[in-house]
Amino acid sequence: MAHVSIRDVRKAFGTVSIIKGVDVDIQDGEFVILVGPSGCGKSTLLRMIAGLEDISSGDIRIGPRIVNDVPPKDRDIAMVFQSYALYPHMTVAENMAFSLKLKGVPKPEQKKRVTEAASSLGLTPLLDRYPRQLSGGQRQRVAMGRAIVRDPQVFLFDEPLSNLDAKLRVQMRAEIKELHQRLKTTTIYVTHDQIEAMTMADKIVVMHDGIVEQVGAPLELYDRPANRFVAGFIGSPAMNFIEGRLGPDGLGLPSGAVLPLDMKSQAEAGSEITYGIRPEHLQIAPAGTPGSIPATISVIEPTGSDTTLIVKAEGGNLTVVLRERCALKPGEAVALKPVPRQAHLFDAQGKRIATA
Amino acid sequence: MTEWLSPEEWTAIRLSLKVALVAMAASLIPGIAAAYALERGRFWGRQALDVFVHLPLVLPPVVVGYALLISFGRRGPIGAFLAENFGIVFSFHWTGAALACAIMGFPLLVRAIRLSLETVDRKLEDAAGTLGAHPVWVFCVVTLPLILPGIIAGMVLSFAKAMGEFGATITFVSNIPGETQTIPTAIYTYTQVPGGEGGALRLTLVSVAISIAALWISEWMARRVRRRFLA
Repeated sequence: MAHVSIRDVRKAFGTVSIIKGVDVDIQDGEFVILVGPSGCGKSTLLRMIAGLEDISSGDIRIGPRIVNDVPPKDRDIAMVFQSYALYPHMTVAENMAFSLKLKGVPKPEQKKRVTEAASSLGLTPLLDRYPRQLSGGQRQRVAMGRAIVRDPQVFLFDEPLSNLDAKLRVQMRAEIKELHQRLKTTTIYVTHDQIEAMTMADKIVVMHDGIVEQVGAPLELYDRPANRFVAGFIGSPAMNFIEGRLGPDGLGLPSGAVLPLDMKSQAEAGSEITYGIRPEHLQIAPAGTPGSIPATISVIEPTGSDTTLIVKAEGGNLTVVLRERCALKPGEAVALKPVPRQAHLFDAQGKRIATA
Repeated sequence: MTEWLSPEEWTAIRLSLKVALVAMAASLIPGIAAAYALERGRFWGRQALDVFVHLPLVLPPVVVGYALLISFGRRGPIGAFLAENFGIVFSFHWTGAALACAIMGFPLLVRAIRLSLETVDRKLEDAAGTLGAHPVWVFCVVTLPLILPGIIAGMVLSFAKAMGEFGATITFVSNIPGETQTIPTAIYTYTQVPGGEGGALRLTLVSVAISIAALWISEWMARRVRRRFLA
């Protein structure tokens, strides 16, 4: 196990800058998820940590040593790929023993460690099969087994669940988390799926366009997003945003309604700001309720456990999630009342400006 | 068997097989190296190497033969050097025929290996690196088994090209029975002499049989490799 530190790391392909100065500290034993939309540089950063990609400037440390120029084989890491990267010409057991064979571990010891890892992953009956004879979930488990057997300082996962179907993804998510709790090996995990990030991580690093937007615990990011990008990226359905002008009585909305604000903000009166509110923090009130957002129901999506409403308001669509069932109909006029002290305000640059 | 083929014909067949097998075997390792360098390498002069490797494919064979004659011939700079220092002689010798065949078949060998290298998932090699494997080991244990079908295909193409090579061979090492006369040059000789039709026809049939056998063996090997190694 090891502490990983990334200091002002940059990467450019020719004149195109992919990573524009990233600083992240990963504690010993921590489960850190790099999350962001495709093209944000998260996979490149992971490959740089693995040594599969050169770094243009900055330092990466694994444990006490700077590994900038250390080849992947000497970094004491193990990486799990989205495509599993299993060797088609080797059996499950041979795939899993790959790193031990390289280290020259004696055969009986190899067999013992492979057997242990296989039984912890439920792979024992599959040891003599070839990867082509396995399902996607089984292949993913073999790839994880191969990494576990290496017993590395750091596990690196590159979108390991993206090729699996939704149900299996949920199951594997729990298995990986359980694995980490058991082994306590420092883990860096890349995904574009914010739900994966929220459910698995000790700490999330939100990346966008080659920079780190925010680093924090899952609920910290959810409750106090540092900027509009993080606010919109974390949470599903996504946060609602309404552009408005700050007035003496509150926020002037495009429809002319004024929404009272129950939070301190550093913004000056008259400035244009963005009002952000999560779908579960909007309540349905009778049309015309003062201090609310006038809206018309557009689509109702019952999921059983809750109900998602798409409503037309302030020149766009807003999303509302109700925990209880409702007797609303499409086309009905309603008012949306924000739950007190749950809104987020962002300035014109998208920076968070209010504290609830 | 021996009755329906004359001793000269047998000699030509044996020599052809020897030349083709030696040409194929000798070009195998340089062929893999060239394919790897062209497909994966990022070095100055890669484009030039690419052109150089492919030249025999587009040049008239006689031109290649003549180029070999003036460079590898007894008085050619390379030929003289090799003869004086190592006692290796190419001109008018069966080894010269093998050299000519190897060079003519080289682009076909390289292309086949390169195509299969292109299809290797780079993540498999990356994964080996992260699991602690040295790049040479990665190549031997991961890459090589995965491109084996391409290597077999390339070897067959190289062998077939060598069996049929005519222009470069006859220009470089001439057509000396028992020394440099292969099946194609022997057929050519038979067609030039009165009453030679029978010999030409017999050698043609042998040539067809060898080609079919080579194809069949390669197909069988490729199938075995695929069943053993690949999905």
